Amino acid sequence: MSAAPGAPTAPEPALDERVASRGVLDRLARRPELGALLGALAVLVLFTAVDTTGSFLSLSGVARWTDSAASIGIVAVFVALLMIGGEFDLSAGVMVGSTGLVMGMLVTQVNLSIWPAIVLTFVFAAGVGALNGWLVVTTRLPSFIVTLAMFFSLQGINLGLTKLVTGTVRVSGLGQATGFDSASAVFAGTFGGGYQFRMSLVWWLLFTVLATWVLTRVRFGSWVQAVGGDQVAARNVGVPVTSTKITLFMGTSMAAAFVGVTTALRLESVQAGQGVGEEFTFIIAAVVGGCLLTGGFGSAVGASIGASIIGMAFIGIAYAGWNTDWSFLFLGLILFLAVMVNTLISRRVAGGTK
Amino acid sequence: MSATESGTPEPTTPEPAAVELDGVGRTFGNVIALRDVSLRVRAGEVTCVLGDNGAGKSTLIKTLAGVHPPTSGTYRVAGEPVTFGSPRDALAAGIATVYQDLATVPLMSVWRNFFLGSEPRKGWGPWRRIDVARAKEVARTELAAMGIDVRDVDQPVGTLSGGERQAVAIARAVYFGAKVLILDEPTSALGVKQSGVVLKYVAQARERGIAVVLITHNPHHAFLVGDHFFLLNRGRMTQDWTREQVTLDELVAAMAGGAELDTLAHELEGIRRP
Repeated sequence: MSAAPGAPTAPEPALDERVASRGVLDRLARRPELGALLGALAVLVLFTAVDTTGSFLSLSGVARWTDSAASIGIVAVFVALLMIGGEFDLSAGVMVGSTGLVMGMLVTQVNLSIWPAIVLTFVFAAGVGALNGWLVVTTRLPSFIVTLAMFFSLQGINLGLTKLVTGTVRVSGLGQATGFDSASAVFAGTFGGGYQFRMSLVWWLLFTVLATWVLTRVRFGSWVQAVGGDQVAARNVGVPVTSTKITLFMGTSMAAAFVGVTTALRLESVQAGQGVGEEFTFIIAAVVGGCLLTGGFGSAVGASIGASIIGMAFIGIAYAGWNTDWSFLFLGLILFLAVMVNTLISRRVAGGTK
Repeated sequence: MSATESGTPEPTTPEPAAVELDGVGRTFGNVIALRDVSLRVRAGEVTCVLGDNGAGKSTLIKTLAGVHPPTSGTYRVAGEPVTFGSPRDALAAGIATVYQDLATVPLMSVWRNFFLGSEPRKGWGPWRRIDVARAKEVARTELAAMGIDVRDVDQPVGTLSGGERQAVAIARAVYFGAKVLILDEPTSALGVKQSGVVLKYVAQARERGIAVVLITHNPHHAFLVGDHFFLLNRGRMTQDWTREQVTLDELVAAMAGGAELDTLAHELEGIRRP
């Protein structure tokens, strides 16, 4: 195209010389989920390729690994919120067992029917979460230490109390209680005909949407990012730091209770050691999903993608016919790669100030 | 906030000062941080409080901001004696404090920082949510009104320069109806150009009729925008000048300790000679 001499040329769009033109890729790299999404695709391709059963990508295969991912993701989403708020909860894993046992005891020892037992279990979880949060805020100790102490305390109580009451290391016989069928349908039911998709998948997606809504569109979400990003600055502009943090701890504990209740209903019994070790799986899912360990940055969708990666890996390794003992090595490698990528992202976001 | 004692307004001042300290003292155990400090801050003026390290500037800020209630003397806001229990009380009374480096959250976007703690909301019940479009628009226009040119209100505050970050904090305080704006060393970590940018916003805030308290150890910056100068030294107010009563040289000399500076100059001369 050639313009006639003297013809007015189209005005150049006003560009700020301080904003270097940024490619689409570069802009995408600011999203906390991006690294996890690429990772998830890579893991999907990998385990489809090495699949020996031919069913990893079939509907029944997807139903299996989404179920594995859901039990991690439901808690990981709330762990992500807590981490964005600048705190850890190492007691989230053992809480899955504790809440299952509380529910089991209420049903088998106190002879409550299922639904009241579930309500009381959530109240118990909210209480433990509030205690975690209150201890962190008032003692000003790192939440790592406070919740580690809670972890070991609960682990001891789980084992000690279960043995004391039942004489074994498990509480069983939930299936006979009134309300079991309806509760089981809500928490542990299946859908999708013969493919056996689990209800936990629906709950997981629901919680992910809810957490994303809260984080991006609700005032509380802004406060979560603020208390994790800079607690003093947040307090200076009037953000209620204490109640925000306590609410986050309560959310994490209650998410663990959700999984605890689901597991108890599914197996109709609860082991005293249930959930122990899971706390790091939740944290790995959140970190793989782009949550910064230093707080203030991350996403709920990312944590769910992280949970999908772990779910795919656990089921995919079995489908590949490999020894499942290797799955933790896989988790370790994924975690390390993810943190490296996230550190690069955070340096970019902080724009050279760190 | 509650009245501690009935205040007797001075007959000589027709309009009460926006903020006034009258013989205020503050002790921490046996450490006397402030002693008999009196300070008047008027609306539409920049009141500079100058002091070297350890002069009591931080304690003075925290007293004004409601962090430390005075242990003696009277704190008046618009002529009424007050006792603030927390910074929130002071904020509710229209006294906003912008702390150096502790004013914004680096990883959060400009608009989220601008409205942090006072997010505009719309909708009802479970759909009650932040009015993001309005928040972004207000942040953009308010910053522009202060002459702050933010490229993109979605970018994290951490990507802004130090001066721009201070400016966002100042614009936020102005927008949320601060009658008194306390600035804690706003230029101390900034270069020459950036300091100029911040001082421009200080002047803008004054033009909007806000009482500005500028706390600094830099007499050059203070003299550029100040209407009233107080000198704080070892917990006491040692000077109280209006702009007409003082020159920059006098201010610099007073800050450096006058005679001490002469002695220092003499000693340095001695070192230079072989």
